[in-house]
Amino acid sequence: MAPRGADEMRDRVVLGEFGVRNVHTTDFPGNYPGYEDAWDQRRFEETFRVDVIREEEDALEFDMVGIDAAIANAFRRILLAEVPTMAVEKVFVYNNTSIVQDEILAHRLGLIPIRADPRLFEYRNQGDQEGTEIDTLQFQLKIKCKRNPQAAKESSDPDELYFNHKVYSKDMTWVPLGNQTDLFPDADFRPVHDDILIALLRPGQEIDVLMHCVKGIGKDHAKFSPVATASYRLLPEITLLQPIEDEAAETLQKCFSPGVIEIQNINGKKVARVANARLDTFSREVFRHEGLKNLVRLARVRNHYIFSVESTGILPPDVLVSEAIRILMGKCQRFLNELDSVPME
Amino acid sequence: MFGYSLERCFKLFFYFQEKWRLLPAFLKVKGLVKQHIDSFNYFINVEIKKIMKANEKVTSDADPMWYLKYLNIYVGTPDVEESFNVTRPVSPHECRLRDMTYSAPITVDIEYTRGSQRIIRNALPIGRMPIMLRSSNCVLTGKTPAEFAKLNECPLDPGGYFIVKGVEKVILIQEQLSKNRIIVEADRKGTVGASVTSSTHEKKSRTNMVVKQGRFYLRHNTLSEDIPIAIIFKAMGVESDQEIVQMIGTEEHVMAAFAPSLEECQKAQIFTQMQALKYVGNKVRRQRMWGGPKKTKMEEARELLASTILTHVLVKEFNFRAKCIYTAVMVRRVILAQGENKVDDRDYYGNKRLELAGQLLSLLFEDLFKKFNSELKKIADQVIPKQRAAQFDVVKHMRQDQITNGMVNAISTGNWSLKRFKMDRQGVTQVLSRLSYISALGMMTRISSQFEKTRKVSGPRSLQPSQWGMLCPSDTPEGEACGLVKNLALMTHITTDMEDGPIIKLASNLGVEDVNLLCGEELSYPNVFLVFLNGNILGVIRDHQKLVNTFRIMRRAGYINEFVSISTNLSDRCVYISSDGGRLCRPYIIVKKQKPAVTNKHMEELAQGYRNFEDFLHEGLVEYLDVNEENDCNIALYESTINKDTTHLEIEPFTLLGVCAGLIPYPHHNQSPRNTYQCAMGKQAMGTIGYNQRNRIDTLMYLLAYPQKPMVKTKTIELIDFEKLPAGQNATVAVMSYSGYDIEDALVLNKASLDRGFGRCLVYKNAKCTLKRYTNQTFDKVMGPMLDAATRKPIWHHEILDADGICSPGEKVENKQVLVNKSMPTVTQTPLEGSSVPQQPQYKDVPVTYKGATDSYIEKVMISSNAEDAFLIKMLLRQTRRPEIGDKFSSRHGQKGVCGLIVPQEDMPFCDTGICPDIIMNPHGFPSRMTVGKLIELLAGKAGVLDGRFHYGTAFGGSKVKDVCEDLIRHGYNYLGKDYVTSGITGEPLEAYIYFGPVYYQKLKHMVLDKMHARARGPRAVLTRQPTEGRSRDGGLRLGEMERDCLIGYGASMLLLERLMISSDAFEVDVCGQCGLLGYSGWCHYCKSSCHVSSLRIPYACKLLFQELQSMNIIPRLKLAKYNE
Repeated sequence: MAPRGADEMRDRVVLGEFGVRNVHTTDFPGNYPGYEDAWDQRRFEETFRVDVIREEEDALEFDMVGIDAAIANAFRRILLAEVPTMAVEKVFVYNNTSIVQDEILAHRLGLIPIRADPRLFEYRNQGDQEGTEIDTLQFQLKIKCKRNPQAAKESSDPDELYFNHKVYSKDMTWVPLGNQTDLFPDADFRPVHDDILIALLRPGQEIDVLMHCVKGIGKDHAKFSPVATASYRLLPEITLLQPIEDEAAETLQKCFSPGVIEIQNINGKKVARVANARLDTFSREVFRHEGLKNLVRLARVRNHYIFSVESTGILPPDVLVSEAIRILMGKCQRFLNELDSVPME
Repeated sequence: MFGYSLERCFKLFFYFQEKWRLLPAFLKVKGLVKQHIDSFNYFINVEIKKIMKANEKVTSDADPMWYLKYLNIYVGTPDVEESFNVTRPVSPHECRLRDMTYSAPITVDIEYTRGSQRIIRNALPIGRMPIMLRSSNCVLTGKTPAEFAKLNECPLDPGGYFIVKGVEKVILIQEQLSKNRIIVEADRKGTVGASVTSSTHEKKSRTNMVVKQGRFYLRHNTLSEDIPIAIIFKAMGVESDQEIVQMIGTEEHVMAAFAPSLEECQKAQIFTQMQALKYVGNKVRRQRMWGGPKKTKMEEARELLASTILTHVLVKEFNFRAKCIYTAVMVRRVILAQGENKVDDRDYYGNKRLELAGQLLSLLFEDLFKKFNSELKKIADQVIPKQRAAQFDVVKHMRQDQITNGMVNAISTGNWSLKRFKMDRQGVTQVLSRLSYISALGMMTRISSQFEKTRKVSGPRSLQPSQWGMLCPSDTPEGEACGLVKNLALMTHITTDMEDGPIIKLASNLGVEDVNLLCGEELSYPNVFLVFLNGNILGVIRDHQKLVNTFRIMRRAGYINEFVSISTNLSDRCVYISSDGGRLCRPYIIVKKQKPAVTNKHMEELAQGYRNFEDFLHEGLVEYLDVNEENDCNIALYESTINKDTTHLEIEPFTLLGVCAGLIPYPHHNQSPRNTYQCAMGKQAMGTIGYNQRNRIDTLMYLLAYPQKPMVKTKTIELIDFEKLPAGQNATVAVMSYSGYDIEDALVLNKASLDRGFGRCLVYKNAKCTLKRYTNQTFDKVMGPMLDAATRKPIWHHEILDADGICSPGEKVENKQVLVNKSMPTVTQTPLEGSSVPQQPQYKDVPVTYKGATDSYIEKVMISSNAEDAFLIKMLLRQTRRPEIGDKFSSRHGQKGVCGLIVPQEDMPFCDTGICPDIIMNPHGFPSRMTVGKLIELLAGKAGVLDGRFHYGTAFGGSKVKDVCEDLIRHGYNYLGKDYVTSGITGEPLEAYIYFGPVYYQKLKHMVLDKMHARARGPRAVLTRQPTEGRSRDGGLRLGEMERDCLIGYGASMLLLERLMISSDAFEVDVCGQCGLLGYSGWCHYCKSSCHVSSLRIPYACKLLFQELQSMNIIPRLKLAKYNE
């Protein structure tokens, strides 16, 4: 049974017809009589839980239960903006006769995710134009479009008429700097995706650019963000306040995402039952049905975060999360050091 | 019964969906700028020949045997003279790039005499005619898109403009009151009068019928005073009062109203034509005599009546019958209007005519051609009497430049001054705005009216019901030109002139009795209708209904031109037939027996390409109606509203909007001024301007880096190919308040979106330079870069120059760097004979430098030559800009706003799926603006994104909100479009559901970078030594009168002193205490002493004033006193 009264206010975010209630965290120590909300590591360790729900090559869904919104949000923010990656930062244009302007070309190149573990590299020093092997990856894109002499005369298909008329990210090649071949003997630095279209060429046009890839964070530019997106939602909780039967049950089922409501046959009656609230996307269709809207309570569990991390493919999402945790730990450590270093009055 | 209606319903439904397909078919044959092109084609193919015919013979007073006769005239295809007598065809784009005029030679075939020989010469050039793009003589006509690409031309470019000296010029459509029509109007005092502006090829005049104390007078500016109308009748040969009254009308009240006028004539003792002519002759304003035989006053009066008054009513051999009847009809109109007060409406669009490029050019050409001929005559008069060895050959005196320059100058300046018609118009042409595709298209449909902009009248500015479907109700500028500048609707066509001979013949065959055969009384018979053709009385008809019906049947069958209109006016008892040019018309589906003539079968054939729009016209399924004929018809908007009286069916209601308003999704849900605002803003939106945009070198061009098709489109968008040349991006918008930096319509932008390319734009500017050759055989030079003596590297100013002294493409230019290192000889005039010629010409540097606060990149450099054979160097400079705080954006609903804050992605709110908005918009923008269309656009856009398809927001149609909501529900979204959103800052959910979805946003050309300005110290004006004015001169920020008043009110006198003098133009002057005049360096020149000279600080402007006053003999004296005494 879902919590009521103070419990509801403390632990649930309630979705009403016209707005969301109890959005703020209120479980401060002493705020609720009878609750021991003071920080207790042992209790935290007991209740805190991380369940990985779905793990794919570049996407991860996991539940984080028993944590405050501020901390969960910190992970999300760090994933978006502070986990470093490598991206093209400087483009040296030697020749570009394509119709793509130099700046636009550079911008496009910058946004291509580069498969290179940023942990192997250092941040480039400010004002450094040259770059060294420890902070820079060099790529080259040198391509020229030519007419295909074998093409059929009446053909109008550019794929057949020309060579290299489409410049893809796969055309970028790594040019080792300094002793990088020794440093990374089996490294294969290249764009994550081979099929990102960079430019279209016509015979005679060519692109000859050199790129410097540096380590950076998403706060500086979105191209350094290691995730396509990282976000979370709270675990939905749907409570039927009264048994809902027959026709009403069927309408109810239609009001939610598929699989949320299940209809059971009990004593010849169709009875609605919440099967899997997690699947609901909160279209809040129930509220459009006058008869149903007071029989259902839509809520979300305040401390149950369903995280979804979609990596750009540079690093696996699980690594990203642990990196994010490491960064947060680092920040905490720095803050503690800072506190320690301030002389007590 | 049931079965029938079901079948009908089904048909209805099916039909509804397909009917709009007529529209693209229509636009194919009569595109958006077709009126311009048609009109120009008519001019160069037909009208120009008529002009030639009218002025075909040139004779000389010196030799009666000598003559020059034009046999034919042609306009060729555009070409350019490569070298002497070698020409080659030229493409429009080449003209744009090389600053040339896209023009074709005008050639004539002539027959003339040389001595006693008669000679025929063919294809003799007399001048050049600027050619309208896509007209019949343009190289672009009938080309395929691939051929367009070869010519560097955009296939979507509408054409219809001229290229003059490299500038694209549009001759705007001019709105005028229609010529040769009787307009009955009340003047300010409420007295009713009639007026006619008559216009023929030769003359233009205005005749008024006025009422003074119940008597009728004729007023004309060639007559020194108003002439009683009865005298005019008598002068025109109607001597009997009875006949006059019969012509005007024999009804009791009409006779009563006219009686005083007859009395007056009686009083003036005028009974015969002779007396009347004498009377009129005495009132004729003396005109300068152009020689010729001297005429008597009577002759003069008769001449005047025949040719000048009511010019358009033809008088042959002084047969005044038609003119008498016309005058009588005018009088009758005024009498009838007085009683019932049914005056004509000046603003009624049936009384308007639109003048297009062709008509304007033909006026200009005729003027120039006449001037050309009179010049030839003058030369002949001068040369023939002198006996020469060679016989007079007129061909040698035919100079081409007069006509060429006349045309080019008129188009490039927009000054149309024709002495013949006392016409002196400014601003007829405008530079085609190439800010976006829409702005160019919008300009081609623009109509400018002749009314004065400053006058505060509401009549001509307000929306007239008769403009329905012809002019866009939304697209008009705000402010002073509001309602005077209009735009054509999507399906409007403007007619061109037609031959009226066949129409007259047809009318008389259909029973119209000729005016000349009437006695006069028939005009006022209650069952007789007057028949007018283009304002002239053709005759009378008894069964007008039959005439009109037969006429229409003939037209539908294709026996007469589809643009001839016929309409009845029951209150005036008239039938009007019009075949003149400049009428607005639009096609309608004909309804017969409550069924539209166009059926599904036809539409299928259209879809399969068996049939085109012309076929619909020829088969009488569709016809054009002009404004007057529309009044005669019963037009159903939808098929479901057809009743037994319906005669026509609208093709599609959304066509009543124009091009610019057609971009707005769901405009019928918006408050109407919002649509008007969007029409103005759509023209400022950046995007793409044409497929050839990268080949252009314009003075200013804005492009969007990543333009997108709108998620919610309209039928109009598809028809005008806006999707192929879009101007805007689909932004995910959250309607919520955020941070306080979003008040007053400011927008909050997502930094990550900007990083990824949202709103990123390219700004192109050009730099130009010509290398001229001077008369003394010197010429401009381009020098290589100057090298630094020590390093042997170019100096910083010349860093980007190539060895040839012109900047190289791809380089970055900074402020004050040199683009072309041009030098010019110091002496450019031919030295006087005898004076010593310097061996080596001296050169001075006149470099083309880059000026701009921000750096640019050189995109390309063009080296060519212009029409004067001078070298032409053009450089294209590029800047890439990402949006910044203060840049202006707008949705398609007149909701503009500047960027108020740029927020990192992690601070942005996000929904359950992790989507962050690109733009946060404050909800306060909605309640007062009532732009419901924007709300629906968001909803439809969101549903479209989820389904992966585009939705339609076509006016009076489009995707239904209900269906769109169903789509949202299907995808698990709230049907209202409101999402559960989490704050990115706290991580907690927001208390409200947020309206969240994609809206098409336009980036407008107003950017902070171009406007920001600040100055601490800087340049000063030479005369006053005060800071300069304006951003371009790095001027100061003015502390104006009102600000000064505030400071005075506050008592901040020292601040005032500091602002107005010390920081501006403080100046130390020496003033003599004795004489009070200004001295100089401690010495008073007036007193010749330095005893009383003291030094003070006054504004320099004040000192200047004193001196200027002195210079006009006013002595300002300063009285000095110590301030502590």
